[in-house]
Amino acid sequence: MTTMDTAEPSRRDFLYLATGAVGAVGAAAAVWPFIDQMNPDASALALSSIEVDVSAVAPGQIVKVKWRGKPVFIRNRTDEEMAKLAKMDVKGLRDPQTDADRVKKGHENLLVVVGVCTHLGCIPLGHQGDYDGWFCPCHGSVYDASGRIHAGPAPANLPVPPYEFVSDKVVKIG
Amino acid sequence: MSGPSTYVPGNAFTRWLDARLPIIRLGYDSFVAYPTPRNLNYWWTFGAILSMMLVVQLITGIVLVMHYTPHVSLAFASVEHIMRDVNWGWLIRYMHANGASMFFIAVYVHMFRGMYYGSYKAPREILWILGVVIFLLMMATAFMGYVLPWGQMSFWGATVITSLFGAVPVIGDAIVTWLWGGFSVDNPTLNRFFSLHYLLPFVIVGVVILHVWALHVVGQNNPVGVEVKSEQDTVPFTPYATLKDALGAAVFLLFFSWFLFWVPNFMGHPDNYIEANPLSTPAHIVPEWYFLPFYAILRAIPDKLGGVIAMFGAIAVLFVVPWLDTSKVRSATYRPLYRQFFWILVVVAVLLGWLGSQPAEGSYVIWSQVLTGWYFFHFLVILPVLGKIEKPKAVPESINAAILAKSSTH
Repeated sequence: MTTMDTAEPSRRDFLYLATGAVGAVGAAAAVWPFIDQMNPDASALALSSIEVDVSAVAPGQIVKVKWRGKPVFIRNRTDEEMAKLAKMDVKGLRDPQTDADRVKKGHENLLVVVGVCTHLGCIPLGHQGDYDGWFCPCHGSVYDASGRIHAGPAPANLPVPPYEFVSDKVVKIG
Repeated sequence: MSGPSTYVPGNAFTRWLDARLPIIRLGYDSFVAYPTPRNLNYWWTFGAILSMMLVVQLITGIVLVMHYTPHVSLAFASVEHIMRDVNWGWLIRYMHANGASMFFIAVYVHMFRGMYYGSYKAPREILWILGVVIFLLMMATAFMGYVLPWGQMSFWGATVITSLFGAVPVIGDAIVTWLWGGFSVDNPTLNRFFSLHYLLPFVIVGVVILHVWALHVVGQNNPVGVEVKSEQDTVPFTPYATLKDALGAAVFLLFFSWFLFWVPNFMGHPDNYIEANPLSTPAHIVPEWYFLPFYAILRAIPDKLGGVIAMFGAIAVLFVVPWLDTSKVRSATYRPLYRQFFWILVVVAVLLGWLGSQPAEGSYVIWSQVLTGWYFFHFLVILPVLGKIEKPKAVPESINAAILAKSSTH
């Protein structure tokens, strides 16, 4: 085979490049379904909201409910716990957030958080640790009664899931 | 592979076959006539032991799949069904579970042998890198296999390890959701891990073939670390290496059998005989023993992303060892300083493994940090500097000369 050295790109060069580009786009488009099939499917997405009757949660009690395969803690804080939280210095925290930012107005005693440690996903134990909030047994993260991180390797507070009161007694999570 | 083939087909059929597909010739040249250094010691039998363990894992694994059900509500019960109902199920499952540990014992011996005798040095860099690739594939395979029985350790191990990817900035959470196929470890996760756990061993087989191919191109290293120079330095693979490997494998099987028949749960965790519960984490979760040194490194860094980088870095650094070690001398036998640092590294690795099994608090964390520091210091500072300042002992002219010198002193 002979090759021709021409300074000007020929029409054949253009055709090669254009064909190659179309082929690359086609290959990428063909790969996408095989990657995306691993994302949550329709049945997993369909389970993404639950309703819970919170009137039965007594002061001091923590109830665990399952939402999207994860535990959600619903904690009815006692007045004593609320008083302790009110005295806490928020600015010094790793993930500064006031307790009021983490609850719904008119329902300040009721805390709803995803019960998954923000370090590596273990379930923290309630009413344990230095702040009588939660303590993660895996790598020792300590949370207060507002689910805020105080010590240990976790980078952030226990997240508050999207939720709303659909009536005075019932909370819709998700 | 070295020199022209000496295979001569013995009959009309093999002559006919040889002219069409010289597969017997390939086997003969690779595993019969292939010249091996005559001074190989028993540390060199671990390559054959590893091949044997790979076959053991494949056969037992394929059989287990005939009785296992990859579904969150059936998996745990199906493993108990294997243990109690299936004929010889207990034996086959214990072979597979303990076989994984034996595989890692053998691979760690094999890797440390490579480090001691400088087997990664030119022209064996690709051979070494392929070995590290196999090690990574083994870790991925073992991790996913451990999830399949769907016990508490399975579930929480899977949660913690997949959550590591959540440390990636910006897209971390999306990656974790994608790995899970949901918003937590659940049935889709179990199914894909099962699929990949079946696939990866065959990928390992493929990379092992490349590893052996690369080995046969450059030839084996040996305890003296001098290249083969003449026929006097070698013996044919069969019967010499074949029988030595067979004896090594037999002794290794005795060791394996002791665990298999006397303490089959010694290396497992009792918590994994409790079915997975997504709402409760066991009080003390640890990975299988073969991951403990890397787990200790992960926990030593008091920052999520930093810990993940350090852990992956501890494996990634192995890829560049051929270029980090600047010494021209291969074997630690002739490197008085390196030999000491080598043994320090072995002790550091074992101690890190022990620290990984302890709770992450107090002095355990501090010691993990010190030893993690030393681990990286060894590879990134000691290896390059030692090659420049160390004065090696006189290296023998050839393998044969080394053997003659040894026998004349007796």
